[in-house]
Amino acid sequence: MWLEALTLQLGYNATLVTLGAMALGIAAGVTGTFLFLRKRALVSDAISHATLPGVGIAFMLMVALGGDGRSLIGLLLGSAASAGFGLLCIGWLTKYTRLAEDAAIGAVLSVFFGFGIVLLTIIQNLSAGRQAGLESFLLGSTAGMLWNDAIIIAVGGTLTLLLVVAMRRPMTLVAFDPEYAAARGVNVDRIDLAIMALVMAVTVVGLKIVGLILIVAMLIIPPVTARFWSDRTDHVVILSGVLGGAAAYIGAAFSASAPALPTGPIIVLVSFAFFAASLLFAPGRGVLAAVLRHRRFQRRVHMRQGLLALAQAQPIYEGYTLRLLKSAGLVQADGVATDRGKARAAKALRDEKRWELVRADQAMEGAAALYDGLRDLETVLTADQIAEIDIKLGGPQGVPV
Amino acid sequence: MSGAEFVPLSLTPLLIGVFSAIACALPGNFLVLRRQALIGDAISHVVLPGIVVAFLVTGVVSAWPMMIGAALASLVAVGLIEAIRRLGKIEPGAAMGVTFTAMFAGGVLLLEQTDTSSVHLDVEHALYGNLESLIWLDAIGWESLLDASALAGLPDELLRIFMTLIGVCLFIGLFWRPLKVSTFDPGFAEALGMRTGLIGLSLVVVAAVAAVAAFDAVGSIIVIAMFICPPAAARMMTNQLGKQIGWSVVFAMLSAILGYVLAGYGPLWLGANHAVSAAGMIATISGLLLALAAIAGPCRHRSGAPAH
Repeated sequence: MWLEALTLQLGYNATLVTLGAMALGIAAGVTGTFLFLRKRALVSDAISHATLPGVGIAFMLMVALGGDGRSLIGLLLGSAASAGFGLLCIGWLTKYTRLAEDAAIGAVLSVFFGFGIVLLTIIQNLSAGRQAGLESFLLGSTAGMLWNDAIIIAVGGTLTLLLVVAMRRPMTLVAFDPEYAAARGVNVDRIDLAIMALVMAVTVVGLKIVGLILIVAMLIIPPVTARFWSDRTDHVVILSGVLGGAAAYIGAAFSASAPALPTGPIIVLVSFAFFAASLLFAPGRGVLAAVLRHRRFQRRVHMRQGLLALAQAQPIYEGYTLRLLKSAGLVQADGVATDRGKARAAKALRDEKRWELVRADQAMEGAAALYDGLRDLETVLTADQIAEIDIKLGGPQGVPV
Repeated sequence: MSGAEFVPLSLTPLLIGVFSAIACALPGNFLVLRRQALIGDAISHVVLPGIVVAFLVTGVVSAWPMMIGAALASLVAVGLIEAIRRLGKIEPGAAMGVTFTAMFAGGVLLLEQTDTSSVHLDVEHALYGNLESLIWLDAIGWESLLDASALAGLPDELLRIFMTLIGVCLFIGLFWRPLKVSTFDPGFAEALGMRTGLIGLSLVVVAAVAAVAAFDAVGSIIVIAMFICPPAAARMMTNQLGKQIGWSVVFAMLSAILGYVLAGYGPLWLGANHAVSAAGMIATISGLLLALAAIAGPCRHRSGAPAH
């Protein structure tokens, strides 16, 4: 069942949903990256909740005009209109009043959503007995997806993707350095608006599959995940698209393989699994890498301190340091230094003295700034410079030669 | 309308709505000032997995286990957000977005996987509650307020949200100074020896408790709206924290009362014969009040900003 779902052999409808979801996932991952880099990830939450009144109003309008009211394109246009209005409200509140953006987001999100719920209850009563099925926009539903719906989603997803590709340069510039972008003549407000419009497009297209509460996850989680793996924007954008597409594909296929596995939540959870794995295991920024880095640092500090203690014939009591020195063969089991240990210790002490002179010398300020107690002097100064320091340091004194 | 109709059918939902609104608006003042307004949004989403897990563990739909489950879920969420933020060095908004969507998705999935056909537990209920159903069947009129046997039949939600409201008031009253100082000047608060981290965490916990208690009665939309809209509107009215809190209580009460009345009776006045969602209406009214304050409030501009 699983494999069949993943290889698109579960029949026409499941295949349609899976491919549509993947297109949406890629578009959402790519678009979300710019939102994330601009540090406005949660604006998407307000946008998605603000779509609900539009869905209700569009339905009522279409019914009033004698239509069926369930035409997906009409509902999506309505949702885009009200999401756009919500976005304007956020912009107005943050620009012209003292409210911070987070309060504006929360206010728009809750009020629009509340109003949407009011409209939904009106619709339920208006056409009593007639299931409008608008609740499916809350959590998404792929069960009754039609060919037309799938086409709308696929075309919408692809168009969004193309727009992002076309505008990636100015959007990157604005995301990293708005002032510089403005100085270069880029209209920052307009680019911000374009990012938001793209987010809105993804949200609206995704309403049908994952629903308005969870669509934000497709915009937020993949970029955050991708960020763990790279520090380059172009890589993060591509990776985020791939991760978003993969999560949507696997999630949609998995949900088609069994009943009672709603598509939206499964996609989100697959995406979250990618995130959790990256948080833990990504090289560089991951938790495991950080722990290893910390352990390595700890080992170097203990080693260094142990060697300095050996050189000055101080007893070592600290267990970890002793174990390290023993396993490196620098001390014997009774804590007495071996010959190799003595040699390493002598070098460590000499290096420490050399550093002392470097740090006391105004002329070597640049090199002295690099001192952290662990760095080898040879990596900072040339052999000539070290020789010069050694002259200052001098040899043993008061001993007959 | 006569007391015989009003007291049993509308008095308790109205009171529960008002108490919920105030209990959420009070901590909301500090959250808005600390730019943590969206914590309320995150908490109200993660309440769903909390109650579903509580239901799976206990097997019954009863209030206390669910409130405990919801409270635990919100603590887990706050911990997870903090962990993601620190471990991954991710901005708080994105960390929040990752956490609450994943937990909400988990809750929906659990709910779909569980056989809840015999009990009243679904996503819609979690979102917009069921304020209208919290009626006081034992009441026959105003005189029931003095009748002990009738009072025993009051909905449990009323007592719980009332106790929560008192708890929230006590917290804010007792810790007024540390809350105020650490909100406006965290550096100064630390210099005075205040534990700002602890104060921040306890504020979030109190907000979570208020959210969970209110959620139990009215659903999560009101919770988010009341955390943010009344305090935000109040912020446009004054520059003083004490007055701001007063205004926010007024706005919260107005939203709850007007919203409930409009939802219950508004459609009837317009000739329709069905009420609309009270929770949604209360949120809508709070938004309209915020819009009014944003257009005409005396302190709506950022201090120092040029008047527009």
